[in-house]
Amino acid sequence: MNPFNPSISTPSGIWNPLVWILVFLLSLLIAYVIYLKGEKQRKKGMQEEIFLSGNKADGNTHIKASNIGWGYLEAMKGYYKLMRDIHTGIINDYVGWFLGVLATMLLIFLFWGGVR
Amino acid sequence: MSVWDFIITNAPALAIAVPLLGAFLTPLIYRAGRKTALIWVLSVLGFTEFLALLLVYLVNTYGIQVYVFGGNPSTLAIPPDSGGIPIRIIFTVDGMSAFTALISSTIGLVAGIYSVASEKGRGAQDKFFALLLLLVVGMMGMALTGDLFNFFVFLEINSLSAAALVSYRIHGGKAVEAAFKYAVVSSIGALMILFAIAILYGEYDALNMAMIAERMYQTGFSAMDMIAMALIVVTLAMKCGAVPMHYWVPDGYGEAPGEISAMIMVASQASLYGLFRMCFTVFGLSANTHSLGWFLIILGLLSMFIGVTMAFLQHDIKRLMAYHSVSQTGYMLLGVGVGLATLGTSAFNQYGLFAMEGGIFHILNNMLYKGLLFLTAGAIIYRVGTSDLNKMGGLAHTMKFTAIFYLIGALAIAGIPPFNGFVSKLMIYESVYQLNPFLAVVAAIVSMLTLASFLKVFHSAFMGPKLYNVKEVPKSMLIAMGILSFFIVLFGIFPNIAMTYLVAPAAHALADPVGYITRVLGGGA
Repeated sequence: MNPFNPSISTPSGIWNPLVWILVFLLSLLIAYVIYLKGEKQRKKGMQEEIFLSGNKADGNTHIKASNIGWGYLEAMKGYYKLMRDIHTGIINDYVGWFLGVLATMLLIFLFWGGVR
Repeated sequence: MSVWDFIITNAPALAIAVPLLGAFLTPLIYRAGRKTALIWVLSVLGFTEFLALLLVYLVNTYGIQVYVFGGNPSTLAIPPDSGGIPIRIIFTVDGMSAFTALISSTIGLVAGIYSVASEKGRGAQDKFFALLLLLVVGMMGMALTGDLFNFFVFLEINSLSAAALVSYRIHGGKAVEAAFKYAVVSSIGALMILFAIAILYGEYDALNMAMIAERMYQTGFSAMDMIAMALIVVTLAMKCGAVPMHYWVPDGYGEAPGEISAMIMVASQASLYGLFRMCFTVFGLSANTHSLGWFLIILGLLSMFIGVTMAFLQHDIKRLMAYHSVSQTGYMLLGVGVGLATLGTSAFNQYGLFAMEGGIFHILNNMLYKGLLFLTAGAIIYRVGTSDLNKMGGLAHTMKFTAIFYLIGALAIAGIPPFNGFVSKLMIYESVYQLNPFLAVVAAIVSMLTLASFLKVFHSAFMGPKLYNVKEVPKSMLIAMGILSFFIVLFGIFPNIAMTYLVAPAAHALADPVGYITRVLGGGA
């Protein structure tokens, strides 16, 4: 294996980061060419204004971290309720989970057989 | 004997002795002034890094290194009058040990450079740097030792120094509470490991890992071995932050200073090393590795998914990153778990070894990008004074370098090419897919959620209007972040450098318990 060869062979193909970078730069070039071919007569004004959820924003608006991904969090509400309930922050529970996993592992080996 | 010969002969012992001596002398040297103490600490960390690199070179060139404390010569593992038992403390350095020692010393050095500025003006810095060096000792010792009781001792050094460092910034008692929780779970875990060691010692009259593995193979895997294995494996899984034993991780990582979070994250990976060492070397020849491998795979899946989904919920930058550490540990458990589940079958050569290489490469990559992300979080908190993302915004206006370093780390952890995270994730996806496509699907979904989560952080902290009139962080912090960024890009574009010298030797060493045992019991030469 040549350490300075950028290619890595995987079970079903090959990965070469230099080729990826080349393709990435090429796609940037193509995008730039398309941009140059764009409408030169576009009107200034509304197209350059900032909108946030359909409302005009003044440029100083900043979405806070807790508001990002609201839809995802709302859709997963049930899952997150369970997760919040599990993450109690109480040390007794930490140890309880540890002992629970320990018991589970012993049971797995008991039923699946421990010997190679 | 020249100095160079002395260093080469005693490199495994020096890799522990140098930071240990450095730690105990630091409070004394600190009396001569902060500058002198910093030169001392960075010199010690630099020399330890050199020793770790030397160990990698020695292992890659000459094979497994056996170092017997008090032995004459230092490779005399079994003295003629010992009754065929390796009675002394023996360090056994194979590819996996050298790999773990290198990532431990590297993060120690980077954290040391970062601390020059980040901890300036804070109290009790002599103790801070002494504990930082002791944490390096704990990690290095766990990686290098071939003795079970010695492993326990270094695990304790690791846990105690990490707990003390977590509470370094008291933070209204929150950091102390986090440290207390970390200390409690670590102590209970350590007791379990001690109990397991006592079981194995009672059975095999030995503490040396190679000797125990050999005798266990000869006598067969007993019910007591099964109990000892469960105690060790579950404890080390808890120490590396695997779900559902990860609860201490957001507390500990979240309250520690940024550079210490990075170090504790690597300290957890030293526990992961211990887990792999026990599964492959000590129990690998005798236990049912298929069941054991699937146990790690299930822990990995849970860690990946629950880690990343819990991260997305957070608005504290450090807790968010801590949950991502849990998630990344899942990838490592998944990759190496697939290797373990297929060990000894034809599937191992088809994709199992590749999955292990992916998992081990991910350990290295995680040390780089997760370390970098913790340092950028530390840099943000250093300037803004809060870890609450809801109170941040527009930092890229003034903290341009920190923003660039953050982006490099975020893209790398999300598995975006051409950064290093992509390579190890690709290796894991392609190989685990062949065991079960569901595993690869979960891993890919987790990667997408990781990207979403880190984009949320980037938007919240760096984008938007300028809310804070702050300067860029001092140079030493930028240098530390720059070092990690350089290797993220380097290993992303030239992954074979890491694969050739670090990852492949580590994976092959783990997969060859017989070679490890033979090297120690065969006389160490």
